[in-house]
Amino acid sequence: MAMMGNSDVDLINDAAHLAEVRGRSLWQDAWARFFRNKAAVAGLIVLIAVTLFAIFGSYFAKYEPDFVDFSLMGANAYRGVPSIETGHYFGVDQDGRDLFARVVQGTGISLLVGVIGAIVAVFLGTLYGAVAGYLGGRVDSIMMRIVDILLSIPFMFVLILMLVIFGRSLLMLFIGIGLISWLNMARIARGQTLTIKNKEFVEAAIATGVSPFTIILRHIVPNLAGIVIVYATLLVPEIILFESFVSYLGLGVQEPNTSLGALINLGARQMNNGTLWMLLYPLAFFLITLFAFFFVGDGLRDALDPKDR
Amino acid sequence: MFSFIVKRLAIAVPTLLILVIFSFVLMFAAPGGPFDSERPLPPEVMANVLERYGLDQPYWKQMFDYVKNVVLHFDFGPSFQYRDRTVNDVIAQGFPVTLTYGAWSALVAVIVGVSLGVAAAIRQNTWLDYFAVGITIGAQALPNFVMAPILVLIFTLWLGWLPGGGWNGGQWDHVIMPVIALSTSYMASIARITRSSMLEVMNSNFIRTALAKGLPMRRVIWRHALKPAMLPVISYLGPAMVGMITGSVVVDVAFSTGGIGQFFVNSAFNRDYAVIMGITILVGALTILFNLLVDILYAWIDPKIRY
Repeated sequence: MAMMGNSDVDLINDAAHLAEVRGRSLWQDAWARFFRNKAAVAGLIVLIAVTLFAIFGSYFAKYEPDFVDFSLMGANAYRGVPSIETGHYFGVDQDGRDLFARVVQGTGISLLVGVIGAIVAVFLGTLYGAVAGYLGGRVDSIMMRIVDILLSIPFMFVLILMLVIFGRSLLMLFIGIGLISWLNMARIARGQTLTIKNKEFVEAAIATGVSPFTIILRHIVPNLAGIVIVYATLLVPEIILFESFVSYLGLGVQEPNTSLGALINLGARQMNNGTLWMLLYPLAFFLITLFAFFFVGDGLRDALDPKDR
Repeated sequence: MFSFIVKRLAIAVPTLLILVIFSFVLMFAAPGGPFDSERPLPPEVMANVLERYGLDQPYWKQMFDYVKNVVLHFDFGPSFQYRDRTVNDVIAQGFPVTLTYGAWSALVAVIVGVSLGVAAAIRQNTWLDYFAVGITIGAQALPNFVMAPILVLIFTLWLGWLPGGGWNGGQWDHVIMPVIALSTSYMASIARITRSSMLEVMNSNFIRTALAKGLPMRRVIWRHALKPAMLPVISYLGPAMVGMITGSVVVDVAFSTGGIGQFFVNSAFNRDYAVIMGITILVGALTILFNLLVDILYAWIDPKIRY
């Protein structure tokens, strides 16, 4: 009898919980789904760790990233080996600079380029796509035709052309990469806008005489947020790749600044010297960051994008 | 079909023009000219130099002449850096190299990728499938500028099997590593796309019918399943081509093969606008042409496409 009584209590408790659960919002739902995905959560943790490393790593470095130790210059293969005692945790590069400090700096700049590039791309792409999708008709087809045309141009070459002409600065890199990456964003935003613009709340807004651009900004764009966040997360590693590509060629981030791509390039050139740490440490950070972003992006897509489940 | 090709051409030509005009506008916006240096040339010499390169003309005339020469004579003008050579000479020297390993890479990517994808789909959930999926995930995360140093590290420094760079007239041992570095990530993407589309096709009704009427598996795959399963792969070839052309720059630099990518990067350091523009336009034209071919191929294979 006591057992029975207990299970009744449990039942009532369960029912009470059910009533509480009913009021879950879309975002809480997405959060819960995201946190059930182990790979995504692991990616998020790694990402936070890498970001903390990039921000606070310089406090642990014993040397400044641009400090040149002349006694180690050219002798880093045997006197600049990674070790805890000398404070060169990741070793020394061929110019006698501390690789740990350089990796901290490079990770920071790679992340910065990725995030700012993604923000530029998201901003431009979402607005462009929403306007094209909402206005529809001939405007839409002309606007999307332009995107198609731009997509078929190998942009790496144009970006390098821009870097050559306007000088190889970080700002130019941000602008160039942002300008290139918004194209896919625009397509995605347009597709989503097409499904949203026939919903009742948009109709209601039209009926009450709201102007088209206010509708786009107040009613369409906020509803694109989910999908925009997903693709922004997936865009960041793409842009990091992109930047590393340009920096690997020596055309991106310039000394004394550095990025992971530039460090990989330097390390690859010094392989014959037996200073493998110059290649492997930046490479490890590069791959870890990329994988983490991909996992988080995939997790967010599963959590937020209703189509891809 | 004819009107479809004409329609696609009607888009391709303006695209190329936009690319040319855009590059030109960028060049005019550039601060300083290609012959400005620390020690200024005497005015008479400068006037001669500018005349030789046509830089004394008004902008619209320069652009018009350039487009005219490119379109009518396929002439990209003289190089600013290599004083005794034209851009055409530079392209003629570098392009065959890039084309050689580029074509091999495309072949390897498509053949290995499709075979791997089909094999994984047919033997779904066996060790072969897991192996293929594992390879594709690993390979996709390794961009070519990471692949190149890793390959050199393994095959040149540790094993000593292959030379770490150079071209040597395209001897086979100089071609292998560029091809692997360039093709691997596209091979992986093609395998992944083939696998998922093949799985979808193999579960469709007409395949079940073909198997039910007693056709052998081999024949069903070759005659019935492969063609529709190839459609997503074909539409991926366009972006893959752009990626490979871009990647060839890294391969050229990493392996010092002497392809156009190496000239491109050198010219970028030396502000040789003529070579940079020539190569950009050539690459743009190639991409657009290839996309056109892919579209035609797609329309030809897919009966559902109306043109």
